[in-house]
Amino acid sequence: MNLLRAEFTKFRSVPGWVRGVVMAALLILLFPVTGLGGGPGDEPSPVTGPDGQPVNNSYSFVHRPLTGDGQITVAVSKLSSEQDGPWAKAGLMVRAGSRYAAIMVTGGHGVRMQHDYLYDKAGPAVRWLRLTRSGGTVTGEASADGSRWTVVDKVQLSGPAQAGLFVACPSRIRGIAIADDTATAVFSRPELAGAWPVADWAGSVVSSDAGFTMTGRGDLGPATRSDVPVGVAVGDLLFGTFPALIVIVVVGTLMVTTEYRYGVIRLSLSAGTGRVRVLLAKAAVLAGATFAAALLASALAVPLWLRVVRGLGAYVFPAGPLALLRAEVGTAAVLAITAVLALSVGLILRRSATAVTTVVVVTVLPYLLALTPFLPPSVAQWMTRVTPAAAFAVQQTLTRYPQVDSVYTPANGYYPLAPWAGLAVLCGYTAVALAVAAVLLRRRDV
Amino acid sequence: MTSIEVAELRKRYGGTTALDGMTFTARPGRVTGFVGPNGAGKSTTMRIILGLQTADAGHALVCGQPYRSLRCPLRSLGSLLDASALHPARSGRNHLLWLAQTQGLGTRRVDEVIEQVGLASVSRRTAGGYSLGMRQRLGIAAALLGDPPTIMLDEPFNGMDPEGIVWLRGFLRSLAEQGRAVLVSSHLMSELQDMAEHVVVVGRGRVIADSNVAELIAAVSGDRVRMRTSAPEAVAAALTAAGGQVVEADGLVVRRLAAEQIVAVLTANGLPFSELAPHRATLEEAYLDLTGDAVEYRGAPA
Repeated sequence: MNLLRAEFTKFRSVPGWVRGVVMAALLILLFPVTGLGGGPGDEPSPVTGPDGQPVNNSYSFVHRPLTGDGQITVAVSKLSSEQDGPWAKAGLMVRAGSRYAAIMVTGGHGVRMQHDYLYDKAGPAVRWLRLTRSGGTVTGEASADGSRWTVVDKVQLSGPAQAGLFVACPSRIRGIAIADDTATAVFSRPELAGAWPVADWAGSVVSSDAGFTMTGRGDLGPATRSDVPVGVAVGDLLFGTFPALIVIVVVGTLMVTTEYRYGVIRLSLSAGTGRVRVLLAKAAVLAGATFAAALLASALAVPLWLRVVRGLGAYVFPAGPLALLRAEVGTAAVLAITAVLALSVGLILRRSATAVTTVVVVTVLPYLLALTPFLPPSVAQWMTRVTPAAAFAVQQTLTRYPQVDSVYTPANGYYPLAPWAGLAVLCGYTAVALAVAAVLLRRRDV
Repeated sequence: MTSIEVAELRKRYGGTTALDGMTFTARPGRVTGFVGPNGAGKSTTMRIILGLQTADAGHALVCGQPYRSLRCPLRSLGSLLDASALHPARSGRNHLLWLAQTQGLGTRRVDEVIEQVGLASVSRRTAGGYSLGMRQRLGIAAALLGDPPTIMLDEPFNGMDPEGIVWLRGFLRSLAEQGRAVLVSSHLMSELQDMAEHVVVVGRGRVIADSNVAELIAAVSGDRVRMRTSAPEAVAAALTAAGGQVVEADGLVVRRLAAEQIVAVLTANGLPFSELAPHRATLEEAYLDLTGDAVEYRGAPA
């Protein structure tokens, strides 16, 4: 306790350090100003699905009304796309208003049953598909031969609906390249059973005795960052974390390297004979001050800039209150833990310049590189997986969907690790550095 | 009980021997001078006493314990190793405050020691602007914080103006009179004159002399008598005949004869003389005499 109080006095009595922490907080709070220059674009907001998430909603649909119960069965005899898209889709769909349920054959992921844009369930890799609506429940089944059926999923969907065949084909993603794609599917003639009202098939289709041939492009599923490039993610509003990190690294390093430079370390260690406790007290004070300042800044910055950005008419990707809280607290934690990493490296190296350079190279540089849009995604992923920059995952509020290929790069706001796993990587580096620093401090003559 | 006990300390840095069996003690109630040329191992010894460096062999105890086992070390031993060990942007008062807080002491004690060393008017200024003399005073204030029974200062006179030197001598003497053990290192014996009661003279990492100041001076002074005369040749001849040894140096210096014998011889021969007095060596002379071959770095004669 005495050591904590002493280290706090040391910290607050050097005006440059206090100013550094305040400056880091102001950078978090005010840095988004630099992004306001462009002003609001004229891009329309994306379509949102029943859950409020942005969605893609374009596909080819040959359909007829279905008011009550009914069953439709079809075989997809051929599905191909110009770019060999693994998520080219052809199958059956029941759509009621903004909701839908669909079972489909895909280019490379077997049979899937999907509904309401966000939800996806995998089935076997076969060609026969069947949708049955009975009493408000839509059941999707798949079969290899049209006689023995396996249930893939069941979805509640009642009310007047349109049902029929659909084809969609999302853009093909190769690395960071996005190529438009078009799929062509050949269906057998659909077999209808149940109470179908008398009507013709509506939609664009080439019909023959053998069946229907359809082409389709676009997708129906959740929209990702590359589909809504002008959309704002909450992580974007915390971009000030990056310059703040540099300032905090300098403060954290100087807190210990100046002790070596001026010889104050001898006083510190002759006043506190428990050397590791002196180090821990110093780390606790630095982490505490950084966390408090950064949390205040991020908790103010997120709601403030959300208001500003929405006021300007920009689209904001939805994020729940818990995700916002996690991004705010996580940002403060990233800064505080990086500060301790800087302190530890400073103690190990004992020289301000080399220590600052080292910590910037291991924390700030990988993050900066990961944000470079032209870097191959694999490199960017690696940078944010194994380096301390992984911790920026705490700022991710966008959802990554396994059933959608996209440019899931840090530059787009997607990190390879889960938020707390990313933070754990940074914690690991910091723990190792702190342990090495403690051992050296105990052993070294000063 | 001895306040600082150093026994058989050995320390090597690479190929250089810094300490070679350093052994001495500093006792309560007196100022112990710790003297030796630069590089003799004074600072290394002090760092080992403070547990900042580890000795290759031997031990150092403060109040009977290794320093690093003391819970509130500044309450047992106050020290000043390097007066410039300050963060220049921190005020002198805050510098003392954080040190005080490590020992569970508060602002009241800080203000007391600031008053004691006469820094009250500048204590809230940043230490970067302090003169070396002011820094020495701040360092002494830091050493006094825990009101310790033992005080150890490394070259505290460096950079002090004459007035400061006089003040510090008196101050350290009064600390010793209060019953504290005071260990003061210096590379200049003259700084310790009239203050240190005991000196430990070191050279090349070991103790050359460990003695009471009065005895040390007497030993170096020997039985020499200094006198003046208007007939140096005759006097020299007469005294040599009586068994003395005469050297001419600003008058004559006579050895091996007591003052009374000289007076008797000269009176019997009717020779003139004046200002006859026992020669008293300065501490400086004693020191030079002792460390003559222990000086590590010596300039070539011009």
